[in-house]
Amino acid sequence: MSAVSLSNIVKRFGDYTAVHQMSLDIEEGSFVTLLGPSGCGKTTTLRMIAGLLDPSEGEIAIKGKRVNDVPIHKRNLGLVFQNYALFPHKTVADNVAFGLNYRNVGKEEARRKVAEALELVQLPDLGARYPKELSGGQQQRIALARAIVIEPDVLLLDEPLSALDANLREDMRVELKRIQQSIGVTTVFVTHDQTEALAMSDQIIVMSEGRVEQIGAPEEVYNTPATEFVAQFLGASNLLSAKCTAVEGGEIELDLPSFPRIVIPGERAPGVAGTGPVRLVIRAEKLHLHPAGSTAEGMLNVDAIVENVDYQGQSARYFLRVGDHQMQAINMIEDHPFAAGAKVALRFRAKDCAALPVETNP
Amino acid sequence: MGWRLIRIYTILVYMFMFLPIAVVVLLSFNANQFGSFPMTGLSTHWFEVLWENDAIMRAFRTSIVLGLMTAVISTVLGVLASLALVRYKVPGRNLITTMLIAPILVPEVVLAVALLLFLNFLDIGKSFTLLLLGHVIFTLPFVILVVQARLVSIKRDVEEAALSLGASPRQTFFAITLPLLMPAVAAGGLFAFTISFDDITGTLFWKPGGIETVPTQIFSMLRNSISPEINALGTVMIVLTVGLPLIGAAIARTLATRSGG
Repeated sequence: MSAVSLSNIVKRFGDYTAVHQMSLDIEEGSFVTLLGPSGCGKTTTLRMIAGLLDPSEGEIAIKGKRVNDVPIHKRNLGLVFQNYALFPHKTVADNVAFGLNYRNVGKEEARRKVAEALELVQLPDLGARYPKELSGGQQQRIALARAIVIEPDVLLLDEPLSALDANLREDMRVELKRIQQSIGVTTVFVTHDQTEALAMSDQIIVMSEGRVEQIGAPEEVYNTPATEFVAQFLGASNLLSAKCTAVEGGEIELDLPSFPRIVIPGERAPGVAGTGPVRLVIRAEKLHLHPAGSTAEGMLNVDAIVENVDYQGQSARYFLRVGDHQMQAINMIEDHPFAAGAKVALRFRAKDCAALPVETNP
Repeated sequence: MGWRLIRIYTILVYMFMFLPIAVVVLLSFNANQFGSFPMTGLSTHWFEVLWENDAIMRAFRTSIVLGLMTAVISTVLGVLASLALVRYKVPGRNLITTMLIAPILVPEVVLAVALLLFLNFLDIGKSFTLLLLGHVIFTLPFVILVVQARLVSIKRDVEEAALSLGASPRQTFFAITLPLLMPAVAAGGLFAFTISFDDITGTLFWKPGGIETVPTQIFSMLRNSISPEINALGTVMIVLTVGLPLIGAAIARTLATRSGG
């Protein structure tokens, strides 16, 4: 039985359809991320699971029970918001204890549970403070404690790290994952940040314009994007028009101008059925720049010209020209980055490439 | 040079505004039997006379009761209206808001006559209830303006968080929204009370025979003669209508700091 299941969910706001025919099963205890740019319907989906929005069509079930007509306060969910949403007029302890007031929990037990929850988020001594006396990171931990103390069936996180500054965000990411694993609560996490999604999730649901683009484990989504959108949204990818010239023996042969023949394993192109036009996907960090003239065995070698360099400290992003193709490469810097205008040898492995069928709709 | 002129000018304006009030307060402590200069000594005599004046004390009680009732009714209605207008999608929201705020914009005399004619048309006579109704109508906008402004600043997230934790919408209102709204509710109530307590125009039109509020009582006393007890009454009124809002603002500020604004 899945912890949360959506079947054929549609959400319309007037004429605008925010979520199209979405079906989804979330396994008990898993950490699932809804990933996509703003306006892709991920928050709308989360709010429908929470009961803050009613789906226009379809069914939502939590732990096998249909909840379409169950109001939010009877769904037993933990909800964490981007802006913490702590009750400013209550102390930290009262904030955390709030949900327990509406459950049959004795005073003594409530105090114990609050203490445990504060212990879990590693802020055991702040119970008497008011929220505005805490830092953003502390406030978000308290919000998390408040959501998990009620032992929710599902924990819903709506961009909980987005309001924090960069360093803190990484710490909180690790912390959040640790807490989730230690209590084993089914978690639905909404974010537009691919790093967060890749680092934390058991499963990522990539969404765009109200549709699910791909569902899969982080590695799967990253290495074998199902659509052009996923290829471009996750990481920096090069998408090149190519022609599939042969499909045989579980291998796919690709041909494109200025490049040698590329033969990729079939599992890197699950959507490609036969010969004809395809899109070649190669990630920017899989393209390695070397001084011009050098070649290497077992690698594909192409000549390229550096058109621009985006220096990023430990690495650099290069904007390259290969024949008529514009490409990007991200490389660690050994000594000095290559300069703009330099001729370089570009190397990559065929098995790092993926191929997608050409999408007919824009 | 320019600044000095502006400073003098400002002082003069303030004197023009506040000197008459200062004079009233000063004269209320005058031992003289006439309510004017010269001062012949300090005394609380006129306050005692005031205390013993049945008509004034009756008017005072009427004003207090009327003010309190106006404040309670306006505040309850104002909070409900603001909630509806800010938190829910009400068709014609802008129109309703304008209508509710309109009594501030319409001259009070017009409003007073209109309500009176309307009630005549309905064949309802003047009564204390009518007077109360009138006061509610023109104190309501102040409550709504104050409460709405505050409500907009209370994030919906906070209420949603409470709902998700198991509080019903009603429990959420009493546990979260109302406490956060309290400074505005208190300020709105105080506004309503002082405005009602102060009002004369509408009150003159609406009050039934035999009922006097403090302002109408002063008004009718002035028609006969200027008695020094009016100075004393004026002082009491100033203390009430200036002091109460100041206290209210102080309370609101303390509440606001405690709840993080």
